[in-house]
Amino acid sequence: MTTPLLQVENLRVEIATRHRDLVAIDDLSLSIGEGEVLGVVGESGAGKSITGNAILGLLERPARKTGGRILLEGRRIDDLDEEEMRRLRGRQIGAVFQDPLASLDPLMTIGYQLVQTITTHLDISRDEARERAARLLAEVGIPAPRERLDSYPHQLSGGMRQRIVLALAFCCEPRVVIADEPTTALDVSVQAQVIDLLKRMCRERGTAVMLVTHDMGVIAEAADRVAVMYAGRVVETGPTMDVLRAALHPYSRGLMASIPSMRRAARERARADLPMIPGAMPRLDALPRGCAFHPRCPVAIARCARERPPFVPAGPSGGACWLVADGASGEVPAHA
Amino acid sequence: MRDTVLAANHLTVRFDVSASWLTRLFTRASLRTVHAVEDVSFEIDRGTTFALVGESGCGKSTIARTIAGIQRPTSGAVSFMDADIAGLRSRSAVLPYKRNLQMVFQDPYASLNPRWRVGRIVAEPIVTHRILAGRIAVEARVRELLVLVGLSAGDARKYPHQFSGGQRQRISIARAIASNPAFIVCDEPTSALDVSVQAQILNLMCDLQRRLGLTYLLISHNLAVVAHMADELGVMYLGRLVEQGDARQIIETPLHPYTRLLLHTVPDPESGARHRTPLAGEVPSPLDPPPGCGFHPRCPLANARCKAERPAPHKVAKVWVACHAVEEGRLPASPATDATQGEHA
Repeated sequence: MTTPLLQVENLRVEIATRHRDLVAIDDLSLSIGEGEVLGVVGESGAGKSITGNAILGLLERPARKTGGRILLEGRRIDDLDEEEMRRLRGRQIGAVFQDPLASLDPLMTIGYQLVQTITTHLDISRDEARERAARLLAEVGIPAPRERLDSYPHQLSGGMRQRIVLALAFCCEPRVVIADEPTTALDVSVQAQVIDLLKRMCRERGTAVMLVTHDMGVIAEAADRVAVMYAGRVVETGPTMDVLRAALHPYSRGLMASIPSMRRAARERARADLPMIPGAMPRLDALPRGCAFHPRCPVAIARCARERPPFVPAGPSGGACWLVADGASGEVPAHA
Repeated sequence: MRDTVLAANHLTVRFDVSASWLTRLFTRASLRTVHAVEDVSFEIDRGTTFALVGESGCGKSTIARTIAGIQRPTSGAVSFMDADIAGLRSRSAVLPYKRNLQMVFQDPYASLNPRWRVGRIVAEPIVTHRILAGRIAVEARVRELLVLVGLSAGDARKYPHQFSGGQRQRISIARAIASNPAFIVCDEPTSALDVSVQAQILNLMCDLQRRLGLTYLLISHNLAVVAHMADELGVMYLGRLVEQGDARQIIETPLHPYTRLLLHTVPDPESGARHRTPLAGEVPSPLDPPPGCGFHPRCPLANARCKAERPAPHKVAKVWVACHAVEEGRLPASPATDATQGEHA
């Protein structure tokens, strides 16, 4: 593969509090290539959304970036000023958030919002922009797109609104799209439609997509590669099927095993307890020493409590775990 | 012999959402009625879990509210331990019923009073229903309940904001079992939680069911959760049960086209990236349900009969299904049979 479209190198984000600065994201690196969907998973509080916002330049006080670099097509974008960043967002980087209603202006028609976005970033007339907006709506599967341009957000269903938000994110042909829980607020049948749409838009345009979600099902459907986050760090990356089926890190394994599955439910005659990870994600102000996962880890060794495991790449995959680093990954017992 | 705890008989709930009569007079608008629940019947046996699944707006939560006595049915009845709950009017008649029927809600942040200590929250049903007398006995019982749901006895002194979402849901469960109920309505109990926490709560629910002989009505949109928990299952679409019966049979060999599409649509990490055929369209408005079978505008098997005549439920093995295509044998081989061909964990 050539140079990745989006590269995040050693990102560090701190949140200032009255007492001290908490480290929300620590030494996080990831990259996304052309036409690739990178799934970022983890539980709430793992730092998934902060990472997305850092890339978009939308970190708000008291959170701020204190280290690392973010590169778009090899060019640094994390040191741009507010005005340059604003021009970049929408043009080069699109964003899709969880709640479509919050992303749309309730007082403006769909058409106005699309035309406004297009003419802000591209040098074309309003008529051309309107034409382009209608084509986009047709592409995202909105019936009667021309008439819909004059609708207001409240006149559309949740699934339709999320399609509009996708159209807005893709309207200026951005190179990268950050999709933060785009399907969480939707019903399963509509969810599948939106995932399909996101995948198709990304493949056809060669857009790099960072798909942030806590839903492993969505990841299995849409992502080419997965990054598993825990307490502000990437603990494992790899091709989707490898991570889902044979995760290296004990946390990823526990996470996969704890998801109820219809296949498993159909297989098991008697109802067995779900395998679970004991405890909860540590708070940022009480991160354990060493590996942040060691108090919940079923296979932790003495070293895990003392030293933090570095992220060790291994081919297309990689993990931050002493058992993986020592080449003993085969001996990590499965939870199930 | 069946030991039925709760039965819904031809339950129908409609909401009048018309404009005021004066506005109607001037604009000649007609009455508008939301058909939230239409002719729903089911029975739940003691010690089992009955689950209702369906997409938002299909009437799941309205059924839960009707059973909990928060909502009155338009017609039909809910009988709980052989008493018609709509007939319970006086406070003295309602109290024993409420003691036996408790609820766990979706949002653990909204369902606990932020100004009350956990001890008081959990003690409230014990005090209201006069299960124990004396402060010391109540406090001892609260401590016991907190330990039972996996919290510590000292947590009784804390406030809800000091707990995470999963721990708050444990508090909700402790409150629900405090009055020794026979039946608990769980409305999306894990939807607001992370997967690893979800597993903890589901395991706790199963454990309490075994230990205390609880009966659950589980409302969920998550088919995998339902497949894991339910003995019996009801699939709802536009206020009606389209398929109901043995949960295993429905998951393994779904009959109704809606159930099939729903099962086929749900992303399942174990199945990997197989190509799914997304269900086209969206649920029609319950203000104006289509004639005939409510699912016909989205159904790949719909014919003229489906558009005109509402299908009546008929029995196939251990499942009732309301579909003309199933009845007439027009159903193709199941697209979701691969759900049973699991090969590894």
